[in-house]
Amino acid sequence: MTGMGTTGLTKPDAFYESLLKAHEGLSKADSDAFNARLILLMANQIGDEAVLEGLLASAATSGVSAVKD
Amino acid sequence: MTKLFEVPLYPYQRSKDQDAASPVRHPVVIIGAGPVGLALAIDLAQSGVPVVVLDENDKVSVGSRAICFSKRSLEIFDRLGCGDEMVQKGVVWNLGKVFFGDRKVYEFNLLPEDGHKRPAFINLQQYYCELYLVERIRMLQAEGKPIEIRGRNRVSEIEPAAGHTRLIVETPEDAYRLEAEWLVACDGAASPARRMMDLEFAGRVFEDNFLIADVVMKADFPTERWFWFDPPFNKDQSALLHKQPDGVWRIDLQLGWDIDKEEEKKPDHVIPRLKQMLGDDVDFDLEWISIYTFQCRRMGTFRHDRVIFAGDSAHQVSPFGARGANSGFQDADNLGWKLKMVLEGKAPERLLDSYAYEREMAADENILQSSRSTDFITPKSEMSRIFRDAVLDLAEDHAFARPLVNSGRLSVPCIYDGSPLNGADTDLLPMRTRPGSPAPDAPLGADWLLDRLKGGFVVLGINCSVPEDISLNGLKVVGVAIHGPDIGPELRDRYLGEQSKAVYLIRPDQHVAARWLEFDRTAVEAALAKALGAKEEEHA
Repeated sequence: MTGMGTTGLTKPDAFYESLLKAHEGLSKADSDAFNARLILLMANQIGDEAVLEGLLASAATSGVSAVKD
Repeated sequence: MTKLFEVPLYPYQRSKDQDAASPVRHPVVIIGAGPVGLALAIDLAQSGVPVVVLDENDKVSVGSRAICFSKRSLEIFDRLGCGDEMVQKGVVWNLGKVFFGDRKVYEFNLLPEDGHKRPAFINLQQYYCELYLVERIRMLQAEGKPIEIRGRNRVSEIEPAAGHTRLIVETPEDAYRLEAEWLVACDGAASPARRMMDLEFAGRVFEDNFLIADVVMKADFPTERWFWFDPPFNKDQSALLHKQPDGVWRIDLQLGWDIDKEEEKKPDHVIPRLKQMLGDDVDFDLEWISIYTFQCRRMGTFRHDRVIFAGDSAHQVSPFGARGANSGFQDADNLGWKLKMVLEGKAPERLLDSYAYEREMAADENILQSSRSTDFITPKSEMSRIFRDAVLDLAEDHAFARPLVNSGRLSVPCIYDGSPLNGADTDLLPMRTRPGSPAPDAPLGADWLLDRLKGGFVVLGINCSVPEDISLNGLKVVGVAIHGPDIGPELRDRYLGEQSKAVYLIRPDQHVAARWLEFDRTAVEAALAKALGAKEEEHA
C-alpha cells in the first residue's frame, strides 16, 4: 500500500483539536467506545468497500506495531 | 393432557426381514426418522423408489427444538405434499425487536417480497413438523407407495461392501441383518453412523450452551421476535423470545461454555430468570426445559461411496439464522432425485458427487453466516465487544447501523454457482434465476409457479412454446408453457428481465439447470445430460 497522499483537510489543526476535545474528560472505556462509534460513522460516510479495505491496510502498515510489506 | 411427543407414533412391529433366511437388500435405507430423514423418505417414495427408515426411537422429538421453517422449506413441503398442514398450524411473524441492555434499540419488519405462495418464515415446533411428515408417510402407504418406518430399530453396525452396505439392526426382540444399496445417515449431530464409520467432523469450533424453555403464557403476548443483547436477566449473553402455536413461547438463553448444566436446568433457577425477562405480572407454565450445546463444523465430504450423510449428521451450525433443519431439508431435496436417477440407471453414480459438491458449498455458506452472527452476538475480544456495542448504540438513532446488527441472518437457500450440473446461461436474463439458483416462486393467475414445477425435470417456456414431453435415455421431461395474461409482473421481473421470452430447464429439486432465450431441443438435451452428471464429451 502506498501512502495516502497529502491531507484533504483544509483546517488540519482545527480538526485535530476537535478530535482531542471530544475525548476530554472521558474514561479510557468511554473513549474506546467513542472511537468505535466514530469509525463506524466515518465508514458509513465513506461508503465504498474498496476504499475502506485500503484504509484498513494503511492503518495496519503504519506505526510501531505494524508489519511493513 | 398427554403431550404429542409422549405417544409412540411408529411403534415397533416385527418386520418380515427379521425372519428372512438371508439378509434382505433394500435400494435405500435411511437411518433416522427426524425431519430430514422423513422428508427424504417421502420424496423417494412418492416418486416410486422403495425406502426403509430405521429409527432407534418411536416418537416425534421431545420439546420444540427447530422452530423456524423458512420459505424454501415450506416450498419443499409443498412438493412433498404436506405444505398446507405446516402453514395452517404455524405462526407467521414479521416484526422483530432488538434490545441492548435494558432498552429497545430498534424494531424491524421482515417485509417479505410479494408474489410468493409461502411466507418468509413460520414458527412451528419440530414435533408438529415431524408429525405432519409421518402423517404424509401414512397417506403414501395407504396409496400403496413403497415406504416403511421401523421404530425402535437401532443400527449397531455398518459395514461397507461391494455395491452395498451391510447393517446390523437391534430391535426390542432380536438383532437382524439388512443390506442397503444406498445408505443415508440422517441421524443427527451426534451421528452414531458417523462414529461407527470413524469419519471426521472438523471445522471451526464454537463452544456454547443454550437453555431452551417452552413456556405456556396465560395472557396474550405479541407475535414478534424479540432479541436481547446483554440483557439484565442474562448478563453478557443473548436471549431470544419467539411465539409458537398453541400459546407456547420459545425462550432461548445463551449460557456460555463454562456452566453447570444440571444446576442451570433446575426450575428454581430458570423461573426467576424468566420472570425478570417477561415481567413479574406475566403468568406462565414451564412446558419443557433443555440445554443444548452447539459447534460449527462439517464432515470433509458428505458422500462416502454408498453411504451418504444429510442434515446435522453432515454439518452443524449455530442456531442463529435457523440454518439447521432448513439446510437439512435442502439436503434431502438435493439428494432425493439424484438417488432415484442413479437407482433407475438414468444417471451415473457420480451424479451423487454433485450432492456432496452442492451441499458442502451450502454448508460452508451456512457456517460462514452463522459464525459471523456468533462473533457479533458473543464478542471474542475486548475490541470486538467495543465495536459490537458501538453498532448497537448507533442503531438506536442511525438507520445505517441497523444492517450491521447481526442477531442471525435468516436462512435463504444456497445458489449452486459453479456446480458441475449447471448448463447454458445467458446474462441477458435476470441474475437471480441464473443456473444453480432455486427457482423463485411467482403468481400465475390464481395459481403459483412452483406448484407447476413438479414431477421431475421441467422445461419451462415463458412466452415460448415447448414440447409437452422431451425424453433423453428414456427420461421424460415435463413441458410447461406460460403465455400472455398469466405472465404477471413478478414472473417477468424474476424470469425475463428485459427479454420478451425465455426457456428454463428446472431440476426436480426446483433449482435452475440451464436457460436460453428460445427453445432448442439439442441444447436442452445437452443441458439435461449435464444436469444428470454426464461428462462434457458424453454429450458434446
